[in-house]
Amino acid sequence: MLDPQIILAGVLNGLLAGGIYVLVAVGLTLIYGVLHIINFAHGSLLMLAMYAVFFLWKLSGVDPYVALPIVTAGAFAIGFVLYRGVIGRWSHGKDENILLITLGVSIIADNGALLFFGGDTETIDVPYAGKIIELGAAFLPLPKVISCAAAIAICLGLGLFMARSDTGKAIRAVAKERQGARLVGIDVEHIFAVSYGIGIACLGAAACLLMPTFYVTPQSGYAFVLVAFTTVVLGGMGSFVGAAVGGFLIGITESIGGLLLGEQLGQIGISLIFILILLLRPTGLFGARA
Amino acid sequence: MLEVKGLRAGYGAIEILRGVDLAVGTGEIVALLGSNGAGKSTLNNNVCGLYRPFGGTVRFGGSDITGARSTRIVEAGLVQVPEGRRIFPTLSVRDNLELGSYRRGRSGRQKNLAHVVEIFPRLKERWTQPAGTLSGGEQQMLAIGRGLMGEPKLLILDEPSLGLSPLLVEEMFALIGRLNAGGLSILLVEQNVVQSLAIAHRAYVLEGGVVALSGPARELAEHPGLRKSYLGH
Repeated sequence: MLDPQIILAGVLNGLLAGGIYVLVAVGLTLIYGVLHIINFAHGSLLMLAMYAVFFLWKLSGVDPYVALPIVTAGAFAIGFVLYRGVIGRWSHGKDENILLITLGVSIIADNGALLFFGGDTETIDVPYAGKIIELGAAFLPLPKVISCAAAIAICLGLGLFMARSDTGKAIRAVAKERQGARLVGIDVEHIFAVSYGIGIACLGAAACLLMPTFYVTPQSGYAFVLVAFTTVVLGGMGSFVGAAVGGFLIGITESIGGLLLGEQLGQIGISLIFILILLLRPTGLFGARA
Repeated sequence: MLEVKGLRAGYGAIEILRGVDLAVGTGEIVALLGSNGAGKSTLNNNVCGLYRPFGGTVRFGGSDITGARSTRIVEAGLVQVPEGRRIFPTLSVRDNLELGSYRRGRSGRQKNLAHVVEIFPRLKERWTQPAGTLSGGEQQMLAIGRGLMGEPKLLILDEPSLGLSPLLVEEMFALIGRLNAGGLSILLVEQNVVQSLAIAHRAYVLEGGVVALSGPARELAEHPGLRKSYLGH
């Protein structure tokens, strides 16, 4: 039997990893909630954002944390323009078209990255990468503590924005009642683009928080997007709170699974949760019944 | 105030409105009557910019709004309270009302919130509740309240009495009369012929996509054809 101290350390590390999952999943669930589509480009756009962080550091020495506002704002702009110029324009108002277009965007992004950046694994060297905070038996890497705290802060900020601002309220209104939204003068297409932009901005922030401890290759997005899909399904499609709870649960599952079964096999826990949720509670923990 | 001329509209290849003329003057209640499928909602939705008409013109407050986007039409002060209410079910009553002033009337938001609560004290009791949990009558109040938040110059009410109990229907028509007495121009789209004619100044009867009858409400109430088709005597 494992020492409870080690289990506790595993839980803490899982929570820290979960912060990023929450951020990626919140972006995915927001886009799903408003546009009613799974954003297949999610992983690829995260990967592109990670390259952006990498090149900012490599070419002009910008620290990933300093880059956060720039990359987040840039990601929002790219998401907004991508929706306005490509997804919204070519979908002709059909949800299934949006699905296919995001899949196409992801294929182009992945292969474009392979073509221009090559298939090598790129990493960033920052002085604080190896710093550890000791907490009882738990050794917590400083960058992960920072990333988790920042991810939580960003999600809280976003939650506040959604609850209080007119734009946030309009996003929630459009998610459920597009016709009613048009009749109060909400520009629904604009709100779609803003929502997509915010979803992608979450990825920009996640990329900055990830890069100090992670690597980027053209395939980097996949690992996260699979976790994000599981998180969103676990929490309930379109639910913010669900994405937050789901992200941390997945983080802990992965970490404890890794402790018990080893790093590689530990991932099996995530797939197991996915299957169990689909079997037992397809609407997820916080999902509304269809 | 609102002037519709030769409006032709429909969905896809199907023409539902085949040249409709209609006008609402300042301070008037005009009733638009007709049975199910006569084209009442099609008219509304084309006037409000949800669909583009096939032909004809729509003028509001002196400017041409034919085929304009709903954002611009709301901005001009033409607000529709739609059939089926179309409130935002997951948002609180308060947030629903505040979004009523998303495009227009934002500076008057606090004042108008107080005004709507004065008209519908019931909404204050449900203030933080998700709108989807309200009863049908309360949802109708919320939909009208949300419409008023946009400081409309002309309010289009699409079947406000639909699905309400007889007592609430009475209240609803009384309320519409009071709103109009307060200076608001209203286009009342209804199937409820008797009560609509009782409060309206003028009325149009839509049949098969054209205006079959029109005139002062008092005269139409006595019209033998109308009595025969809608009242059965």
